Amino acid sequence: MLYVAVALSSFRRYSTYTAATLAGIFTNSVFGVIISFSYIAVWKENPGAGGYDVTDALTYCWLAQAMIMTIAIWNGGTTDDVAERIRTGDVAIDLYRPVSFLGWFLAGDLGRAAYHLLTRGVAPTVVGALLFDLHFPGSPLTYLAFLVSVALGVVVSFSIRMLVATSAFWLLDQSGLLTLSSVFAMFFSGLVVPLVLFPEPFRSVVLALPWSAFVQVPIDIWLGQRHGAGVLGGLAFQAGWGAVLLLACAGLLRLADRRVVVQGG
Amino acid sequence: MLIEVEDLSRDFTVRRRAGRLRRTTEVVRAVRDLSFTVERGEMVGYIGPNGAGKSTTIKMLTGILVPTSGRLSVAGIDPSRNRVDLTRRIGVVFGQRTTLWWDLPLRDSFDLLRRIYRVDTARHRRNLAEFTELLDLGGLLDTPVRQLSLGQRMRGDIAAALLHDPEILYLDEPTIGLDVVSKGRLREFLRRVNAEREVTLLLTTHDLQDIEQLCRRVMVIDHGSLVYDGSLAGLHEQGASTRTLVVDLVDEAPAIDVPGAVVVKVEGPRQWLCFPAGASAAPVVAAVAAAYDVADLSIQEPDIEAVIREIYQRV
Amino acid sequence: MARLAWDARAFTILAAMWVRVGWSYRTSFVVLTLSTLVISGVDFVAIVVMFANVDALGGFGLGQIGFLYGATAVCLGLADLAVGNVQRLGRRVRLGTFDAMMVRPVGVFAQMCADEFAFRRVGRIAQGAAVLAWSLSVVDVDWGPARLAMLVSMLVCGAAIFLGLFVLGATFQFVSGDASEVANAFTYGGNTMTQYPLTIYPTEVVKALTFLVPVAFVNWYPALFILDVPDPFGLPDWLRFAAPVAALLLCTLAALAWRTGVRHYRSTGS
Repeated sequence: MLYVAVALSSFRRYSTYTAATLAGIFTNSVFGVIISFSYIAVWKENPGAGGYDVTDALTYCWLAQAMIMTIAIWNGGTTDDVAERIRTGDVAIDLYRPVSFLGWFLAGDLGRAAYHLLTRGVAPTVVGALLFDLHFPGSPLTYLAFLVSVALGVVVSFSIRMLVATSAFWLLDQSGLLTLSSVFAMFFSGLVVPLVLFPEPFRSVVLALPWSAFVQVPIDIWLGQRHGAGVLGGLAFQAGWGAVLLLACAGLLRLADRRVVVQGG
Repeated sequence: MLIEVEDLSRDFTVRRRAGRLRRTTEVVRAVRDLSFTVERGEMVGYIGPNGAGKSTTIKMLTGILVPTSGRLSVAGIDPSRNRVDLTRRIGVVFGQRTTLWWDLPLRDSFDLLRRIYRVDTARHRRNLAEFTELLDLGGLLDTPVRQLSLGQRMRGDIAAALLHDPEILYLDEPTIGLDVVSKGRLREFLRRVNAEREVTLLLTTHDLQDIEQLCRRVMVIDHGSLVYDGSLAGLHEQGASTRTLVVDLVDEAPAIDVPGAVVVKVEGPRQWLCFPAGASAAPVVAAVAAAYDVADLSIQEPDIEAVIREIYQRV
Repeated sequence: MARLAWDARAFTILAAMWVRVGWSYRTSFVVLTLSTLVISGVDFVAIVVMFANVDALGGFGLGQIGFLYGATAVCLGLADLAVGNVQRLGRRVRLGTFDAMMVRPVGVFAQMCADEFAFRRVGRIAQGAAVLAWSLSVVDVDWGPARLAMLVSMLVCGAAIFLGLFVLGATFQFVSGDASEVANAFTYGGNTMTQYPLTIYPTEVVKALTFLVPVAFVNWYPALFILDVPDPFGLPDWLRFAAPVAALLLCTLAALAWRTGVRHYRSTGS
């Protein structure tokens, strides 16, 4: 099928960056170690902080590092191409293709995410497991649920990045919006500090935001913090945000489409 | 002697993949035993095929690369030892990339250079005024370099390279990509700079017209060695190179017979006449036009690679 | 010596030009600086969130950690502002801009640091200074001339240490263009490590941060003196005063490495 082909070719394209990938894995590992020690210090003081124990926290740390590139938390996904193509005007070609614009780029992003999961994802997790005691799920169902959750996380991340990229149709200088989006993504995804550590009332707010779908939800499934119905609830949360945001993207694109036709790009 | 080069050599170690895992190292002699001198005020063309060692020589002359062996002296300075001292006395124009700052307007670039080269303000102002007029930069001074066309940028680069009154100007493919009119104007400017300011020019180029119009002396380098060093006319004689006059007659005719040219090909009303490259086309054109009904004419210049290949084969 | 003075002056001239150009796009300029401030400040917000769950980390309270955090942020910010651009070495060599710099009568190092001077890095310094100032208002310090001198020395030597690390890291790009991200692990990683009290790390790590990659001298050892905390690892007391030595050694090493790198470039081409 067409979209599978798109995903595969995206996978292949990103696999040419070997040296950068190795360097990135090194960086991930170094920061993983630093953050691990800070978490150990926190959970030593408060062994049940956020409902986690120290093993949960360490696992969170390494999985979060593993997912940075996969979820493309601030950029590095196919949406970078979109912004560029809007700037150069090439996007007009994309909009007139007999394929779904969103589908095309989403498929590409999922292909890329697969590559990054296998390299920048697996490698730091292995390093973390070698250096520290990490929690690994007992049941294969959990792994499956985790993978589905990661995929949904990519979809939510993609749609947010696509919304930002589409702003290039209207905004001349995107840097402000991009930075804002990056900071929000970095912070509210739980990359800097697990969302479960946030004090109330912030905790509830932050867990309801779409960014918590990136990292917090998949990891909670892995850790068993969400089990049974909780898992389905988490997946539904991700799917819900994904759907809403993709619809928003589609809407924006239709507006942009009209603009392209009327103003000639 | 402004530039003195004696037995200059430059080796590069190239690592090549031999098979799946092994790597062989090979020593490539990019420049071998180069020797020449350049006097003040000369305009020298430095030509050769791609990969012949031209850029390597320029890099050594400007101090970017140190030689593997040999002696090198520019304005009495050894570039490999005193690079910074030398930079004040030379100007460099790279054809493919700019030495100016992309985001700055030309005017600001020039001002920065004035401060970096510590040029006296009055002198700088005079130079800038003269170059602005001669190179027609007036309307461009407030434009950022990235918005300039290739020709405009090249003019800016040349002005920038001369603002500090260097003794030597190195030009690496300065007319590449320019249209005919721009090329002509640039050459005129360089001639003038050489005549009025006694700036020594060393110019690498693939455009034989650059050489024809600017250089009295030509050095040809091939495979790292100097295969010719002398006058331009001598080069053509050595290479026995020819220019071709392509004549489109109104009607078909037998082979044109005019002095100084030989017909090499006839195709319907079109005929190709060859004459020595050192000679002017004017008498041949006049003779043809006088004796025949000519619809159109064009001139093909000799391929420099062919000239050099010819010379190299003689060595 | 005169060459150094000239290079420093040329650096200021070039950097000032870049700031002027950036300032002419006023909104972008402000947005970029504020964004840098926010992005670097997120790290402290994380620490504050942690403190919603605990009262101390590694035996240090929030005020004391704020002191450590602020100091290392200011030091990294200063070094990044001054020489951060040296990390672009690999790219410049590839594009040929490095050669263009070699043809000008200014040291290549000064030109590299000034080229595309990024004023926005002041954002990191600003948030660091704010946290540092706040921490000084809440911690209990027995201020005297010695401690004040140590405070100044901490910021100066700390910046010098990061400066040395930036340059050393960049020098590797003379041989391998892809090394840049690895160097980040030492500079930005070193900064992140020293945001926390080193008591959260095992003793071997702290010894490595003292004798191998001397980032512990940026803020930890001076802080032990200023905050009057006995060394938790039992390491000798004189280490508290050794920051200038560490900075000097590191910068000398960096300078030598740079010169070797340039010599290597001139002997092998690119």
